[in-house]
Amino acid sequence: MTPRRTLADREDVLGGAMLAPALAYVTLLVGVPFVFAIVLSFSDATAGSLHFGWAGLRNYAAILGDPIFLRALRNSAVVTVGSQVLVVILATAAAQVFRATFRGKRFARFVLLLPWAVPVSLAAIAWTWIFDSTFSVINWTLKAAGLLHGWLYWLGDPALALFAIIIVQAWRIFPFATVIVLAGLASIPQEIVEAAIVDGAGFWRRLLVVELPLLMPVVAVAVLFGVVYTATDLGVVYILTGGGPANTTHVLPTLAFQRGILGADLGQGAAIAVFLLPFLIVVAVAMLRLARRAEVGGGGSAR
Amino acid sequence: MKRVALYVAALGLVVFAGFPFYWMAITAFKQNRDLYVGASVLHHIPWIFNDPPTLEHVKLLLGQTDFPRWVLNTLLVVVAVVVITVAVAVPAGYSLARLVGRWGERLGMGIFFTYLIPPTLLFVPFARLVSLLGLQDSLGALILIYPTMTIPFCTWLVMGFLRSVPWEIEEQAMIDGYSRLGVILKVAPRLIVPGILTVVVFTFTLVLQEFVYALTFISSVDKMTVSLGVPIALVRGDVYHWGALMAAALFTSIPLAIVYNAFMDRFIQGFTMGAVKG
Repeated sequence: MTPRRTLADREDVLGGAMLAPALAYVTLLVGVPFVFAIVLSFSDATAGSLHFGWAGLRNYAAILGDPIFLRALRNSAVVTVGSQVLVVILATAAAQVFRATFRGKRFARFVLLLPWAVPVSLAAIAWTWIFDSTFSVINWTLKAAGLLHGWLYWLGDPALALFAIIIVQAWRIFPFATVIVLAGLASIPQEIVEAAIVDGAGFWRRLLVVELPLLMPVVAVAVLFGVVYTATDLGVVYILTGGGPANTTHVLPTLAFQRGILGADLGQGAAIAVFLLPFLIVVAVAMLRLARRAEVGGGGSAR
Repeated sequence: MKRVALYVAALGLVVFAGFPFYWMAITAFKQNRDLYVGASVLHHIPWIFNDPPTLEHVKLLLGQTDFPRWVLNTLLVVVAVVVITVAVAVPAGYSLARLVGRWGERLGMGIFFTYLIPPTLLFVPFARLVSLLGLQDSLGALILIYPTMTIPFCTWLVMGFLRSVPWEIEEQAMIDGYSRLGVILKVAPRLIVPGILTVVVFTFTLVLQEFVYALTFISSVDKMTVSLGVPIALVRGDVYHWGALMAAALFTSIPLAIVYNAFMDRFIQGFTMGAVKG
């Protein structure tokens, strides 16, 4: 570095100037609203007026005594865990399939990515039609195959509707998880896999003992994003059931929307949304740990 | 035997992933009398065209609904959000990768984390902000808010992309007498072009897919975007025009599917950075 530097050569000045707009945008329009979301949950603000008054813990007391909220909280947990279990199974299987070569692989890959590419709201409306109470093609197929004798009201029965929501969430997220797991598989050193084959390990042994442990960090990344996408998703439930029948299938985002936006009770809506935080904090902490471990573990091979 | 298992598994996955799209396509072109036969009528097979295909739903969608208007609105928002995102995220990504030194990593991580703060947590305060700014029920609200989702991710993308670009070209330019600013203005843009392309594509797909903020801020049918208008306003009262609905879903999915097929790997690099080291 030369001792005499003009402003046009000061990396710290240039760096700061180029970073400032992004930092400002993120601070003003994500950071501040985020804090405001928590502040609102302790207020009696409504959408109709600009009045703002402290309500203390009243919003929280109200929702914690509300069976619809408790049900929504439980549904959020059930849907998130249920769909992510399915996602891990489907994505691991799909990654095993797609690392092999077979005829029509390009087409298969194209189709596999479709659920992730299509807008959530449009996928949800397509599934609404598939689960239609009168015209459901699933019911027709089950009946034609002789497997169904009564009738399944997919979106009209609380338990079935929750099951349908889990299926749709898993359907839309597993392609993304598959691609991540595939990227992880590609990064496993070939020598390790070959050594296992030489040692006589079969397919299952190789998968369960050698590859899955090495894949854990990558599968974890897929699951973490999956948790965020499912727990915070509003579109699928809003369109599929609207929280019905009789408010039994609400999840936290749909209930927060119903109370906070449609019901204009911003305070209560914010309080409901705040219960998404535990999901997110768990994810953020896990991500940080993974990143740190990758730094330590991958330190030798990183440039 | 192993091959058979492979093909069976591949077929199963393709059917599960692709079935709703098959269903969109066949519904979009079926005549109503072929479409609306109850599922308990077992001799009428819903999986195939029992009557000749028709374009009546497509004509209804393009001629008698606001769908063309929604496409226009969506494109308008896409262009505005792309401009804002590129202008803000690309310099930030460059700064994090090349200029701010060891703080870059942590700041980058911090900015990326804001991508994890979901719309469903922020829509309540944003509802307040948008009405304070007088932007309720206008595309301006979407143009203001969508960059909160694209900037964090795209800054991270550009930063990661630049790490894979050798520093030597810029170094050589400085040896040749360019100032640091000169390098940024004259040399760096050429190097970042593929990164910028990824940013544009990511922003395009995100705007097309976004639903929560659109639902919160937009109430007039003529201001809606595609992903909001189709599921919300195409349903007239309780009447679902399934043919037109599925045609709209299909037409929107096709360009996105093509784009995703081409760019998926680049997006994934953004997500796995740190967990996968090549």
